[in-house]
Amino acid sequence: MFSFLGMMGAFMALPLVFAINAAFKPLDEIFLFPPRVFVRKPTLNNFVDLFTLMSNSWVPFSRYIFNTVFVTLMGIIGHVLIASAAAYPLSKHRFPGREVLFTSVVLALMFSPHVTQIPNYMIMSWIGFIDTYWALIVPAFAFPLGLYLMKQFMEQIPDAILEAAKIDGASEYRIFWTVVMPNVKPAWLTLIILLFQLLWGNHGEGFIYSEQLKSLHYALEQIIFGGFARHGVAAAVALAMMTPPILFFIFAQSRIIETMAASGMKD
Amino acid sequence: MSNTIGQVGPEQRVHTLPRPRKPRLSQWIAIWKKHKHSYILIMPFFLIFGLFTVLPVLMSMLISFTYFNMLEFPKFIGWQNYTRLFLDDDIFLIALKNTILFAVITGPVSYFACFFFAWIINEFSPRVRAFLTLVFYAPSISGNIYFIWNLIFSGDRYGFVNGFLIKVGILLEPIQWLKEEQWIMPVLILVQLWLSLGTGFLAFIAGLQTVDRTLYEAGAVDGVRNRWQELWYITLPSMRPQLMFGAVIQITTSFAVADVSIYLAGFPSVNYAGHTIVTHLIDFGTIRFEMGYASALATILFIMMLGTNLIVQKWLRKVGD
Repeated sequence: MFSFLGMMGAFMALPLVFAINAAFKPLDEIFLFPPRVFVRKPTLNNFVDLFTLMSNSWVPFSRYIFNTVFVTLMGIIGHVLIASAAAYPLSKHRFPGREVLFTSVVLALMFSPHVTQIPNYMIMSWIGFIDTYWALIVPAFAFPLGLYLMKQFMEQIPDAILEAAKIDGASEYRIFWTVVMPNVKPAWLTLIILLFQLLWGNHGEGFIYSEQLKSLHYALEQIIFGGFARHGVAAAVALAMMTPPILFFIFAQSRIIETMAASGMKD
Repeated sequence: MSNTIGQVGPEQRVHTLPRPRKPRLSQWIAIWKKHKHSYILIMPFFLIFGLFTVLPVLMSMLISFTYFNMLEFPKFIGWQNYTRLFLDDDIFLIALKNTILFAVITGPVSYFACFFFAWIINEFSPRVRAFLTLVFYAPSISGNIYFIWNLIFSGDRYGFVNGFLIKVGILLEPIQWLKEEQWIMPVLILVQLWLSLGTGFLAFIAGLQTVDRTLYEAGAVDGVRNRWQELWYITLPSMRPQLMFGAVIQITTSFAVADVSIYLAGFPSVNYAGHTIVTHLIDFGTIRFEMGYASALATILFIMMLGTNLIVQKWLRKVGD
């Protein structure tokens, strides 16, 4: 059993092992043929090159970092609040229109995003979101995924807890914030992991044209496209882009497990 | 004779139900007053969702009945896009076949793998659990991973698979894994399976944390004898919401396979051997500028997912009975 898990684990961890090793390879080892997995003479040159290139950019590089961090943070905070607030009545209240609204969210997950790009662009330009942060942030508030995830977890909360809070005189908003949200902590931590990944990797393509509003991902890609000799830098970029989501993943996952060991939902 | 009585019952009830009338304005106001808090809580989400998701989807569905080259105003052509799909487009039929193959194989296997690994990992201590979750989620979090598979399935003798098989003596000549028609689909399916521990897997990990521990103790008293019975009678029924969520996610990913095919087999792949509905759609939408046709493809795919989802959700309701 353990050996099976170990083998599968090694197989699944391949991309991490490759990425870490590639980032520390000197240029001659990157083009070694046949290719090797592990680095033999590790070097920091790729990172030094990356920083030199970054300091040469036309817009200060910190601006790209700010753009990505800002969009990611705003998107996550807004989405978790708005989607959770909508998920609570959908899972626990009975009101006209509930079924239709929820079904529309699930159905929306099934429509291919490739063809909605043009209608989306048209709507963005009607309301004047083109070339602003809002084009990236506001749609993120209402991704269908988060509402669906939160609603499924909230369904498991026993009604007795909510009734008790209501008898104690708590308003619906208070119940949502102090009873429902703490009880579904694993759900919103998971949702934050997913959103972080999604928003961190955004290019802003199609909606953002001003150089000073472009994302980190976009700026780093431009460096990579600079030519053949940038392969080492590309590996460093890949590792650098991957690190924040992974660190965040580890942090959030350990929190998910801690909390539930302590609380546990009971009637 | 109890059968016939059971069948007649519901029909009679349908007839005696009063017909719902269209509510008047005063009734709308009464509804709003009664459920004010619910509507206020859902409003921000559904306003944004309606504007940036529902509206574009409806517009695309309308566009699927037009000829639209993105330069001129769309021209209404009725069902022509749809008849062309099934009657005049041989490549669509290949794409349809491959898409169904992906869905039938990677869908269920990935789904069970997600649950199985989440279930096993849940047995470990918290630290080990967080580490193992990262390891198994690695393919989904680490961005561009296809180049690894290009190395592994490289067509020369230095590709890891060819090198190994030649060394062991099974092969004499290297195989062009990603260029020979009969190998493309098996390789793509393998890589897609490797990618499968994604959103559903994380939802299951979190879902397992919310199962009430006291249920297991109660189960032991009620005569649950082994781990499998515990899984079937306690864990799975308690996790039904997450199982349904995972199923929808799995359906949407396994029917929409495209990136794997584009990065590994090329775009288009040799003789369209790795073509799927989504790669076909990308072809028409972004290269040939036939947005009406691409929208028709998206609508067909949507209907396929919808049908599958209805069936799967029906099955999931029976879990733990």
